[in-house]
Order: sequence, then structure tokens, then C-alpha cells
Amino acid sequence: MKITKLLLGDEAFALGAVNAGMSGAYGYPGTPSTEIMEFVQANPTAKERHIHSHWSSNEKTAYEEALGMSYAGKRSIVTMKHVGLNACADAFVNSGMTGANGGLLVAVADDPSMHSSQNEQDSRFYGEFAFIPVLEPSNQQEAYDMAEYGFKLSEKYEIPVIFRLVTRLSHSRATVNVETKALPENEIHFPSDGRRWVLMPGNSRVRYKELIKIYDKLEMASETSPYNVYTPGSDHSLGIIVSGIAANYLNEVFPDGCPFPTVKISQYPLPKVMIHGLAEECKELLVIEEGQPFIEKALRGILDSGKKIYGKLDGNLVRTGELNPDHILECLIKLRPELDSLRAGEIREACDITVARPPSLCKGCGHRDVFQALNDSLAGYKDARVFGDIGCYTLGYLAPFKALHTVLDMGASITMAKGASEAGVHPSVAVIGDSTFTHSGLSGLLDAVNEDSNILVIISDNLTTGMTGGQDSQGTGKIEDICLGLGVKQENLHTIDSLPKNHDEMVELFKNAIDHKGLSVVVSRRECIQTARRHGAHRGPKTTE
Amino acid sequence: MKTDIVLAGVGGQGILSVATILGVAALKEGLNIKQAEVHGMSQRGGDVQSNLRISSSPIHSDLIPAGKADLIVSLEPMEALRYLPTLSPEGWIVTSTAPFVNIPDYPDMEEIEKELSKGGNLIAFDMEEMAKEVASPRSSNMVLLGAASHFIEITSDKIEDAIRSVFSSKGEAIVEANIKAFRAGREKADSFITK
Repeated sequence: MKITKLLLGDEAFALGAVNAGMSGAYGYPGTPSTEIMEFVQANPTAKERHIHSHWSSNEKTAYEEALGMSYAGKRSIVTMKHVGLNACADAFVNSGMTGANGGLLVAVADDPSMHSSQNEQDSRFYGEFAFIPVLEPSNQQEAYDMAEYGFKLSEKYEIPVIFRLVTRLSHSRATVNVETKALPENEIHFPSDGRRWVLMPGNSRVRYKELIKIYDKLEMASETSPYNVYTPGSDHSLGIIVSGIAANYLNEVFPDGCPFPTVKISQYPLPKVMIHGLAEECKELLVIEEGQPFIEKALRGILDSGKKIYGKLDGNLVRTGELNPDHILECLIKLRPELDSLRAGEIREACDITVARPPSLCKGCGHRDVFQALNDSLAGYKDARVFGDIGCYTLGYLAPFKALHTVLDMGASITMAKGASEAGVHPSVAVIGDSTFTHSGLSGLLDAVNEDSNILVIISDNLTTGMTGGQDSQGTGKIEDICLGLGVKQENLHTIDSLPKNHDEMVELFKNAIDHKGLSVVVSRRECIQTARRHGAHRGPKTTE
Repeated sequence: MKTDIVLAGVGGQGILSVATILGVAALKEGLNIKQAEVHGMSQRGGDVQSNLRISSSPIHSDLIPAGKADLIVSLEPMEALRYLPTLSPEGWIVTSTAPFVNIPDYPDMEEIEKELSKGGNLIAFDMEEMAKEVASPRSSNMVLLGAASHFIEITSDKIEDAIRSVFSSKGEAIVEANIKAFRAGREKADSFITK
């Protein structure tokens, strides 16, 4: 039986996976992917079946855990934001070589426009690189339907499948028709070919040849995929290749049907025959895709001497940021001025008195106290440098603190501070959150321990993964033990509650740590004000010893 | 029917609850809905907006094209102005006039009022103040929903049902406070429309 539900794209995919008999979800929080795991955690069927849905320490551990479940023959998903795929790239690329056994979907949410990210990388490039197919749903219904389809594809070709989401699909709700019953889970069954799961050179050489053949078969599967759709049109002066969510924007521009023949792509590798067919039928081509010009580059190649192709690379569509219906309309009007009649009558001018309202750290957030004290303790040094990391405290870069000099990726604060100190920078300070520390800071801290680097590492512990909305942090209650275990000396490890009343004490602590020649670690702790509110901690901030 | 709404405010003000309630009500009516919202970094005191589209026929884009929105519904007056190019010439702005000042260069209130009243249909009053009077300051988003409800083709009974179901887990007192705020907002808006 089917019912209609109002679901985010993330939730539609999560429910689709549960209903397709998924046995485990793995992941690390990251906007805009976080709600996939949160949905599974709250889903009654998932609870009843004890489907795994605990957060992992980072995307690499999550990926390998999901692959382990797939090895055992069960269906699993691993969720992450686009840059999370970098963190697990080793596991990801090599999982093309091992292949999958139980269906494995790699749900990666790209963030064009960088609403909450440091770059606009497009995960489709990763798929091609690793010989792994990519599914790219164009709406919430497809996000639901394609979960089961994806598991079947993964099992048929014994290969992991990327499930590419983008911000506007992940974080947009729509009515979705869903099954009320979930399919049974797979039973444990081991891979028929055990050799390819041991990637020693001898096995890998055999497997690599196989993998290339499988990729050819996947291309054939794309030709007949129900999600790659050719729609005829009456005006053959232009053919349109449109992928993923951009298909909705094109339909918005032409509510009564597009006059140009169109190929909509939601499954990769690209269906060459289908695209050839469109090219033969049409005089010119336009490529509309959310993210980087992946399809367009494949069509143009280096020589770009064939058919006229319009898209992002020639500036007809915006090269950066996410698309919207207006971008597509403007592009079409540029190419076909007679379409000007599709424009809305009168567009009001943007109001010029509005000013930007950048995000800021919450009132009552312990990161504020850390930055205030750090700024005060560094006031006397001209060349002090503070290396930041990924999380709410990245906002320490902005006014009023202006406390950070770099932010690169998860964990880079400690290692960049170490490198800079070796170049002669003093004081060289790293600021990292608790969740980011356990995600990717541990090995960097071990490097610093081994060389007794002359740096101060501040672990600003808010007992949660804050920026993504307050998910469990894997190091909660263990941060000091982890530091000691890595070899930080007890006398160089300090803990303080980051509260306004402790300001002077914190400044003193930072100053002494900077003066200490060698590695110092300060754990500054105060529960995130958002999660504290949720936990009903009305009697002031909770701290742990 | 088809209503395209831009919801605006500052992170933490409760704009997304307005979207949730309308979504629940529209779903019950068997209508199509698309609602794009913002999560992550911008929720930390930055500007927040959501595109909510409700229609009896299928909806394609999650985003509203320029000049096509029927309503700008905002809890903050400067945030209402931010989305003017999205509003259709016949569209309405429904906004609270209570400024949320968390930036040093917040524009002069007189200028904001001048810009808001520059032609076009406008419902603007201090919704925070009204929420404080009739319920609690936290329910100003329900005052806003009440004021905007005149332009949404879902009956106010159905919207009230949705408010009840969304807030039911928080207890009867919270439900009633929100219903009160909704009704007060709806009544106040009447005086603007019949003007």
C-alpha cells in the first residue's frame, strides 16, 4: 500500500533505503547530508529491526564499516557531504576494486553555492575516477524510488553506487508516495569471488581488467535506465541535455512542455548512444547541470571542434553557485531571444538598503569565551598565528573576534600549526572542536607529541557536533584520556570550563602554555547552548571534569 | 490553486515552524508542496529564508522564479526587503516591524519603513509586541502565520488543526498560546486588507 508523506530529499532517500531492506546506515554529520542518518535513527521500522545507525568517527571509518556490511551480503548506505568523500577517498576508490556484495549506496550531498562548505566539488568526477556508477535523482520522489533501484544496481553489478544529492534536493521538502511496508533484509551471504576482496597486486591486476569491463556494462545499463529519459520536441534547432535537479528548473521555465528535444540524465556513466541520438537530431546542444560542468566537459573533449555546445564553460550559464529557474530562462533567452515572452511581467528592483547578515556564534556559546581569552593572551605578540578548523568556531574568523588565520579541512588546525611552528612562527596556536578532533585531529596530535612541537592546541569541547545541529560527538567524555593516550604529558594538558567568569584564568592558562617550550593542550569545555536548551539544562551550563 | 511564498527571518526566529505547519495543513488537503529551506551555518543568527510552494497541480522547481511569488512572509522588516525581486507586482508583503538588530550596520528604521510602503500591498505591524500581549514572545511566528493566512487557500480551521498537531507534544498550554497568537494575527491583518 502507498501513502503520501511530506519529506526532505534526504529523508525520502533514507526512507527508500529502509523500505528496500537496508540493514545498516553509517556516516559522519555534514551539511546537507545529516538528515539522512537522523531520519534512520528516528524511523520505527529501523528501530524495530535494529538497523545500525550510530554515527561514526569520520567518513573513512563509516565507509569501511558500510563496506564490511556489504561484504557480509547485507544492504548498507554510507552518508556524507561532498568533502567527506575526500576524507574516505582511499576506501572509496579501492571499493571499486573490491566491488560490493550486498547493495552499497554511497550517499554524497554536494553543496553548490557553498551554503555551508568550503568548496563546490562535484562528486560525479569521483564516480568516473573510481569506475563507480552514479545515480542523481532529480526530485524527492526519485530520491525515494532510486534507493531500491540503486541497491539492485549495486547487487547486479557487484559494485558500490554513488547516490548524488545536492543542497536543494537534500533540504527541500515535497510530497512523496511511499510504501507502507519494508522489504525483508538480506541474509548473510559471502561473496562468490573472494579474491578481489584481497587487494594484493596479483589479485588487483586481474580485478582491474574486470572492472573496466563492468564499467562498459554499466554504460549499457545507463542507456536503458528508466531514469535517463529522452523527450521529443518540435524545435530541432536546439537539443537540451539536463541532469538531476536542473530538470525541474527546465520544466518550470516550460510548464506546458519544452519545445526542444531533451535528454534528462539521472544515471551515469553517461549513456553515449542516447546523447548521440539527440546530437544527430538537433543542430546545437545546451547542457544544464547542477554543479561543475561534468557532462559538458565529456561532450566537448579537448578539441571541441564538433557541434556547437552551450553551457557553463562558455559562460552562457553561471559557472559558480547553484542554478535556479531564472538562470535557465536567461540562458535560453540569450540563445533564443524570441523566448523573452516567458519572462514574468514586472520584476521589482532589489532594495539597496538591505545589508548582509552573516551568521555568528550564539550568545552563551563557549567558543566565544575561548576566542575572547585567546585574543587577550595573544595581544602582546605581533606575529602570532591561529590555525582554525571546521565547525561553528570557524565563525571566530569573523568580527568581533577576527581570531583565525586559516581554515582548510577537518583536522588541519593542529598539523598546519605544527608546520608553521617549524618554519619559526611563534606563538602558533591550533583551535579545534571536539568532534573534528576525533574525526581527523588524532593522528596530527600524535605527530606533534612525537616531535614535542612548540604549539598550543586548544580543543574547544562543546560535547556535540554543533554546526550540523547537535549530533553525538564520538569523543565526549574521553578527550583528556585520548590526549594522554597519544602521549601528551599530564603537566602539559589542562582543562578549563569556558565560562565568562573564568576569563582571567583562561588568559593566564593560554599565556603559560604559549611560554612553555613544546606541546601544550588546553581542553576548554562548555556544553553547546543549543543542545543544552534541548536537554532542558536550565540551571546553567553542564560541564564535566 | 497555487500559492508561492517566500518565508524570511533571522536564524532562530521560528520561520521554519511556519513552513512546517503550512506543509502539514496542505498535505492533509491533498495539495502538492515543495519547500526549500536552509540548514547549517546560516542558522547561526544569519538571514534565513524558505521558499514554500503549495499547488493543486504538480510543482516543478523547489525555488520560486523572480517576480512570481504571491507572498513575502517575514518576521523581520529588513529581511522582508531582501526578497523584493521575487515578489509579483500583485503580491503581498506580510511582515513584523520589530527589527532584529545583531549587526553593527543595521539600516535606519525610518528608511526601512519607507521602502516597505513604496507601493504594493503591505501588512506590517509589531508581531513580537502582539505575541507578548496575547500569548508569549515566542509565538510571534504564529501571529505572522495568522496575518498571512488570508492569502493562502487553506481554511483557518485547517491551519489551526495543523498548529495543534505540530505543537501537541509540547502540551495543551503551548498549543492554546499558539492558536491565540494565530487568531490575533489573523484579526489584525483584516484591518489592513479592508483599508
